[in-house]
Amino acid sequence: MTPEQDSETSMSQKVLLNATEINIALHRLSCQLIENHDTFENTVLIGIQPRGIFLAERLKDVLQKEYKIKKVQLGYLDITFYRDDFRRSGKPLEANTTKIDFIVEDKKVVFIDDVLYTGRSIRSALTAIQSFGRPLEIELLTLIDRRFSRHLPIQPDYRGRQVDAINYEKVKVCWKENDGEDAVYLIEK
Amino acid sequence: MKELSVNHLLGIKYITKEDIQLIFETADHFKEVINRPIKKVPSLRDITIANLFFENSTRTRLSFELAEKRLSADVINFSAASSSVKKGETLIDTVNNILSMKVDMVVMRHPNPGAGVFLSKHINSSIINAGDGAHEHPTQALLDCFSIREKLGKVAGKKVVIVGDILHSRVALSNIFALQKLGAKVKVCGPKTLIPKYIEKLGVEVEGNLIKALEWCDVANMLRVQNERMDISYFPTTREYAQQFGLTKKILDSLNKEIVVMHPGPINRGVEITSDVADSKQAIILDQVQNGVAIRMAVIYLLASKIKHHED
Repeated sequence: MTPEQDSETSMSQKVLLNATEINIALHRLSCQLIENHDTFENTVLIGIQPRGIFLAERLKDVLQKEYKIKKVQLGYLDITFYRDDFRRSGKPLEANTTKIDFIVEDKKVVFIDDVLYTGRSIRSALTAIQSFGRPLEIELLTLIDRRFSRHLPIQPDYRGRQVDAINYEKVKVCWKENDGEDAVYLIEK
Repeated sequence: MKELSVNHLLGIKYITKEDIQLIFETADHFKEVINRPIKKVPSLRDITIANLFFENSTRTRLSFELAEKRLSADVINFSAASSSVKKGETLIDTVNNILSMKVDMVVMRHPNPGAGVFLSKHINSSIINAGDGAHEHPTQALLDCFSIREKLGKVAGKKVVIVGDILHSRVALSNIFALQKLGAKVKVCGPKTLIPKYIEKLGVEVEGNLIKALEWCDVANMLRVQNERMDISYFPTTREYAQQFGLTKKILDSLNKEIVVMHPGPINRGVEITSDVADSKQAIILDQVQNGVAIRMAVIYLLASKIKHHED
């Protein structure tokens, strides 16, 4: 990890969103969710492991504290065993924890991830969630939507910011609780 | 990213402590998977696994088959009783014939110690040893240690006594290796005739008295008396064995602490443990069976991830 991190910081990086902008986006996304899901009585949020869970926790926080939604159900979904690049990626796929303590059958499910890129993770998540039942409907919320990079016909229902990035660039979302700051960077790999 | 240091699971002897920990972490995830409404993941949908059983087995074979199916692998089964082995075919010929049907992984049980190691030198597929004679039974040891970790929080520092027929037991040998690698202390207990004479070289203490052994331990792993492997008489009668080395509820209740009771199955009720012990809260025998599927899924998944993908 260390040499990779070193080289990342030494390479050129551009701030796409700063902490204030992320905060504004979180509030807007929360309001958009409330427009469609009202009291969240029949809605559950699913953070996609490993990086979607931070955004999901933040949104839950904003919904409960700022907009007084009484109960927001949040689960974590790990998609490792459903990925389509097993034995193809050159490196082993390491799993993360799945934690869904509620029934998804007949619920409105909102998938939450930090960056939407090729769409393959979301394809895997769509398969994975079926193991827990048949949701009424599934929506997708991402903080960053990378345009023109999709491999599959998958689009977000809620997006924080749309970004044009080329293939050798990487979008990195940092969270205070994990990375020490709230920021979104565009990094040249 | 972590991966196993080996391409086969031939025995606990050949893997590292880090390998065991990686298998446990992966098995934690699979244990969650097999408790979902739909207990299947698609990871291994382009992998074919052959289960080659040259010796009888019920639970190990079912456990492997279930693990393979829950990972979406294609499975073919073979048992020596109904095959050309009886017509004189050699092991390598039998396996090569099966592998020519594009099989990626072999799970093998064989009566001869070292059969898996031998095979690994002659074929390219990934091999999992499901028991080779009185040598090793690695997945059993992994699921035993995983069950101890689940019940007591960790394996390191725990005292485990393995009771019974150590001489004929591949479960005992694999367990000794695994427990020691994970930092547990191990004693064995049983009739002198069923304790191998070199056992102390493995750093294992021998205790002839069951009560003393139980007073010492946190976990008692009660092995089955393997009558089918005993070519001569190792103890006078089963009744005498049960009196000296059988675990009863009375003994269990007389101890000054609560110990965990394990058994690899199948149980001879009334011989190595009585029915009320087997069915008591302290026994984790059925947890062991459930963990067996999760452990085998983890082993198969981790080994399969090392098989390179080729566009045929």
